[in-house]
Amino acid sequence: MTAAALPLPIAAVISATLLCGAGFALAGAVGAVRLRAFYQRVHAPTLGSSMGMFLILTSSILYFSVTRREPVFHEILIAIFLSLTTPISLMLIVRAALARDRLEGSHDVPPLASGQAAGREPANPREASGDEG
Amino acid sequence: MSGALLNVSILIAQLMLTTAMALYLFRMLRGPRAQDRVIALDAFYVTGMLLLITLGMRTGSTLYFEATAIIALLGFASSVALGKFLMRGEVIE
Repeated sequence: MTAAALPLPIAAVISATLLCGAGFALAGAVGAVRLRAFYQRVHAPTLGSSMGMFLILTSSILYFSVTRREPVFHEILIAIFLSLTTPISLMLIVRAALARDRLEGSHDVPPLASGQAAGREPANPREASGDEG
Repeated sequence: MSGALLNVSILIAQLMLTTAMALYLFRMLRGPRAQDRVIALDAFYVTGMLLLITLGMRTGSTLYFEATAIIALLGFASSVALGKFLMRGEVIE
């Protein structure tokens, strides 16, 4: 079946999910440019990599399943992989940024929790911020 | 009718994703700090992957899945490596 022979309701659903997903991705990008502080900007792109990704993959699954008349589920793999890896990489980057800010002695970030640094005062502050990640 | 609807909506989605990539590129060039650039690069990868999926829908070919999976994998690996670099100043110690 070609794209032109799709039933109109199915084409409307595919278009709607695709446009919603792209809208989420665009909103995340606008947030990444407009928000002021780094720790605010971290949150915005996750719109695109969670809801945007899910909606666009859903519309792709629908499109290929209908046009090929068989279930096409390759995209599920990408969805699973991305939803597993995005939090990991974001956690790594944000912990690294936090460590860098503490290393610089910035007053915008909270100090280490008292339990974490109890019992020793390392001479090298880099060691203190590095041993937790 | 439905073909035209799909064509137009895929085109609009591609334009929106391209705009998103341009905004991330702006943030990546502008900075102001290294971690901003890394976050923007990570999101740039994901948005490029989404753009490739819409390209696959436009051409009606499933060949793009493999490229999409490779982009997702490399994006994760590069983000982890860059996060490690931000933390220590070295990737492999």
